[in-house]
Amino acid sequence: MQDTQQRIVIIGATSSIAEHCARLWVSGRTVALTLVGRDAARTERVAADLRVRSPGSSVQVRAADLLDPRAIRALADAIVLEGMPTQVLIAHGSLPDQQACQASLDSAAEALQVNAMSPVLFAEAFAGHMEASGGTITIIGSVAGDRGRRSNYVYGAAKGLVTRYAQGLQHRLAGSGSRLRVVLVKPGPTATPMTAHLPQRGLAPVEDVARQIVDGSAAGKATVYAPGKWAVIMMVIRHLPAVVFNKMNI
Amino acid sequence: MVKVSSWGRLDSQEHQLVALGDRSQVIRQIVRQEAAVGPGLAQGNARSYGDVCLNPGGRLWRTTGMDRFIAFDAASGRLRCEAGTLLRDIQRMSLPQGWLLPVTPGTQMVTVGGAIANDVHGKNHHVLGSFGDHVLGLRLARTDGSIIDCGPQREPAWFAATVGGMGLTGVIVEAELQLRRVHGPWLVTDTVPYRNLDEFFHLADSSEAGWEQTVSWIDCLSGIGRGLFFRANLANIPDLSAQSGRKPKRVPFVPPVSLVNGLSLRPFNETYFQLNRLKAGRAIAHFEQYTYPLDNLHDWNRVYGPRGFYQYQSVVPRAGGQGAIHAMLEAIKASGQGSFLAVLKTFGARDSVGMMSFPRPGVTLALDFPNRGATTARLFERLDAIVREHGGRIYAAKDARMPRDLFESGYPRLAEFLQYRDPGISSSMSRRLIGS
Repeated sequence: MQDTQQRIVIIGATSSIAEHCARLWVSGRTVALTLVGRDAARTERVAADLRVRSPGSSVQVRAADLLDPRAIRALADAIVLEGMPTQVLIAHGSLPDQQACQASLDSAAEALQVNAMSPVLFAEAFAGHMEASGGTITIIGSVAGDRGRRSNYVYGAAKGLVTRYAQGLQHRLAGSGSRLRVVLVKPGPTATPMTAHLPQRGLAPVEDVARQIVDGSAAGKATVYAPGKWAVIMMVIRHLPAVVFNKMNI
Repeated sequence: MVKVSSWGRLDSQEHQLVALGDRSQVIRQIVRQEAAVGPGLAQGNARSYGDVCLNPGGRLWRTTGMDRFIAFDAASGRLRCEAGTLLRDIQRMSLPQGWLLPVTPGTQMVTVGGAIANDVHGKNHHVLGSFGDHVLGLRLARTDGSIIDCGPQREPAWFAATVGGMGLTGVIVEAELQLRRVHGPWLVTDTVPYRNLDEFFHLADSSEAGWEQTVSWIDCLSGIGRGLFFRANLANIPDLSAQSGRKPKRVPFVPPVSLVNGLSLRPFNETYFQLNRLKAGRAIAHFEQYTYPLDNLHDWNRVYGPRGFYQYQSVVPRAGGQGAIHAMLEAIKASGQGSFLAVLKTFGARDSVGMMSFPRPGVTLALDFPNRGATTARLFERLDAIVREHGGRIYAAKDARMPRDLFESGYPRLAEFLQYRDPGISSSMSRRLIGS
């Protein structure tokens, strides 16, 4: 199927979830894909793979600083100049060590910048461009953002900020008649290199999570829990009274 | 530490899992700075049955996240990819461009690295050999920090040691494969019932010239060796779009006892034989459904219950081979053990690439056995004696228990192979059969 109208931009393209979304997006059709990553060589390896999977697609790589607001603005502008994206996936992040964040404010600051500030600034930069043209911006949050927990509350706080941001942007667009959709994805624990050292029981296969992200983005859903069971689990966890919740070791 | 088991699910022991994802980082991840660090082992999709892919208490380098294509030339059919790439993903990518893998085993859910390390074979051995025959080159990372690029011409000894080398010569990081041209995914198939081993061998020999794929299902309880002979050729039907279109199912939980047992097996085999006898003859089939039927039943290894199962696969030379197969079938029938999954096949008269490759000219019998502890072990000892007597060997990729002397007599190039071992790599199997 020739679908050159699809222009997809992926921020954090070397993340395992993002890479599997890209594989689905190029599967059986041709698209124009721009991959953004911090590490040019690693991002290029992902691009080479996608070119083999979809010889007709165009796959570009841009290495960029993902933290500097000016660099983010310049990058978004440059990408838009080549053609207005129809789909943006903002997927970068890193799971910080909670103990390290408690021991060092530098570690906490870095975790907040990478997981909260940077994705929000990217979304804001692309939303400004795409509000008139329409399309989809998909942001990867986390179930960890639904309620702060002792085991990872710095990461959870960052993802919580992303959740509030996405809600606000959805509210703004709903009132303006724009055809731009904002999809917030909250994956549960997923089997990726980031979680390889953990017991694999209960981890969702990354291919399944990617499938839900791609399908949820196509449908323009406001919130996608991946896998879906986390919607129920997190509803319960969000509503547990503090007296109960604080006794739980989660 | 994480509990890991292999496909046979015989046990589940603690391993230190390390995910290999970025091929440029493999050396950094596996290099052994001090001797105090215990040896590691690469593991692909863990589809080997026994302990060739296990390293309890030590590090396990999982390669499944290292699954990128590097380059594919659709004119020549040469593919470079990372070692964790699944054969399924290769064929889904290459079929629309008119190419498939020349040799695959009975499942596509294995990695390229695993397919090389076990030098896997398929139903077309007599025409196309084993997986290693189609590897143009590979990159090996060693725990001393060195990299060895090898192939049939370049560093051929390293290549011959690594193909079929059970992962013990280093970590395979990437490989270049030669795919084969196809018109499409369709096969012309033919099913012929046979009533005894004479008929089987006659069918196997008379099918070699005209049929590219030959295999047979044998009723392991019949004693006389009745079964169904399956043969197939690629069909000359131009069609590069067709998906197999079957939705996979899953065995949802581990039943408390093996569903394959003395009560279920006899009626199952009888029904299967009679149904296929009625359907015998020619048909057209999609290669995925025909070649990998169990890939559509996820977690099928659960049906053998919590104690898991063994697969016993041996090959014996053709001289005396019929007698050996007959003796093994008698022993199995007498023990009342066995399973529905029983495969009898002849290998072509060709040598394998690898020093430790399993395929050799002769006839191979493969059977699953639910683990019944000492009862099963006693049966295996009887089968071992037959294999030993006939100068045969047992397939390491399936094994969890062969005696060391049978390994040594079955693999005469063992001493030569050992010169190429990586001292920083060890598996449960290597400790059992090689002593380190």
